[in-house]
This record gives sequence, structure tokens and C-alpha cells, in this order.
Amino acid sequence: MPENSVSADLQTGSDKMVEWTDFERDTIKDIFSRIEYDVVGPAALARCLVVYPWTQRYFGGFGNLYNAAAIKGNPMVSKHGTTIMHGLDRAVKNLDDIENTYTELSVLHSEKLHVDPDNFKLLADCVTIVVAAQLGKEFTGEVQAAFQKFLAVVVSSLGRQYH
Amino acid sequence: MSLSDKDKAAVRALWSTISKSSDAIGNDALSRMIVVYPQTKIYFSHWPEVIPGSIHIKEHGKKVMGGIELAVSKIDDLKTGLFELSEQHAFKLRVDPGNFKILNHCILVVIATMFPKEFTPEAHVSLDKFLSGVALALAERYR
Repeated sequence: MPENSVSADLQTGSDKMVEWTDFERDTIKDIFSRIEYDVVGPAALARCLVVYPWTQRYFGGFGNLYNAAAIKGNPMVSKHGTTIMHGLDRAVKNLDDIENTYTELSVLHSEKLHVDPDNFKLLADCVTIVVAAQLGKEFTGEVQAAFQKFLAVVVSSLGRQYH
Repeated sequence: MSLSDKDKAAVRALWSTISKSSDAIGNDALSRMIVVYPQTKIYFSHWPEVIPGSIHIKEHGKKVMGGIELAVSKIDDLKTGLFELSEQHAFKLRVDPGNFKILNHCILVVIATMFPKEFTPEAHVSLDKFLSGVALALAERYR
């Protein structure tokens, strides 16, 4: 399966904890305290559905996804985008144990939703781009590195229960 | 995933807006890349130092964006248009093609920070397709 995104692949064994520097913790918490979940979430999900249209396969019940305008205006997309952000929030509040925090979510995405885990990286990249657009100059290389490390851990944890 | 006429028009339109900032974009994208993906620093071991915003990074950023500008002008046939650049990357520079995707991502992030209004999802998909096409054309002569 070709690599579609560049979020880092993190291999965290169950006996290894992710280590966060103070800068990384502060940066991640700061970003999430500043962004509006019901703005970033819908924008990121809509962007993902436009930029990587095959991801629309998981949203067959969402109605009109016919073009970019329809996707952006789709209330189910918006609602789900916000839900996703609240899911990320759980990881922010449990930075030292994202893996266990996401066990049930991982099972859900694998067993019930049947989402190809490669797609998590695509959405993560769209979240990065939307946050970058919001923060502008403040989204420095160091901030981007911390944010993408966080998303990589999230993506890895979401894929852990697949078998 | 070849470029439609709509994609080409979107890329040309976005380029006309961002090209005046191409030096800044190149500098920021490369500076960002070596920080977010430190493994990419190995390609610059011949510089006295590999740090964001350095004179070397700035100069190299200009070179890279010059390549992007060339690609925009050759958007109808990237493979032919970027033939020489591909030969250079394949035989002289020998950059692992996986890194093209990394730099492309950094370019997209920089454009998002600098041009949030213009970098709509529609512009994003066309630019992403274009940069993927550039990466493919650059890798053409590798083997």
C-alpha cells in the first residue's frame, strides 16, 4: 500500500512510553486551548474529503458529498469533524497514556467502521494544515514537529487494535 | 491521478499569487523540513552548519522554488520538462525519492500559514496533485 502521507510512523511497543519534552507538552496543550474545535474539526474533515476523495467511502450515509461546496456545507461532516476534535482532546488530556486511552476507539475503527488505518494519516495531515492556517507565523518548525509527533502517536494508537 | 485542466488552472492561479513570496516560501519550507524531519539533514552534510534560516538554506530554498517555477511552466508535460532535474537528482544528488513527499508536505504547510485564504481545499487538492506529479517526474530517471 503506497505511503500517502508523511506523518511519522511511530512504533511504540507496549512496554515503551512515549516521552514528551516540556516544550512538546506545553505546545500541544497550548494549541488545543486556542483552536475552536467546531471550526478546526469541520474544516479538517472537509479538507480531507476533498483532497483525498477516496476517504468519502466511510461516509456513505452523510448525504451530499458531490463537490467541495457540498462537503463544506454538509452538516453531518461538520458535526463529525467536531466529534473528531473532542476525540483528540482525550489524547491531549492523557498524553502519557494515549495508547490505552484509545483502545476502545481503535477497536471501533477496526471492527465496526472498517477504516483503513492509512487514512488516519491523511486526516492528520489535514488537521496539521488547518491548524497551520489558523496559527500562521506562530506555527513554527518546532511547533509543527511537536504537533505532528502528537498526531503520529494518535494515529499509531488508533491502529493498534487492528488484527 | 493526472492533472485535469481544472487542476492546472488552479495551480497557475495559486502560483501567480504566491510566486512573489517564493524566496520566503523556500526558506521556510526547508528550515521547517530540517527541524520536523531531522533525518533530511544528511543531504546537507557538506554545509558548515545545517540550521533554519541560514544563508545556505536561503540559497537552497531559492533553487528549490526555481525548480517549482520551472515545473509550473512545464505543467503540461512534467516528465519531459523536468528531465534534466531528474537526471541531476538521480545521478548526482541521489536524494531518496521518499524525501520529495516530505518537502512537498512542508511546502503545503508554509503556504497554509502564509496564504490561509487562498489555500482552500480546492486549491490544496490541485497543488497536492501537482507536487506529487513533480515528485514523480523528479524520480523518473532513478532506475
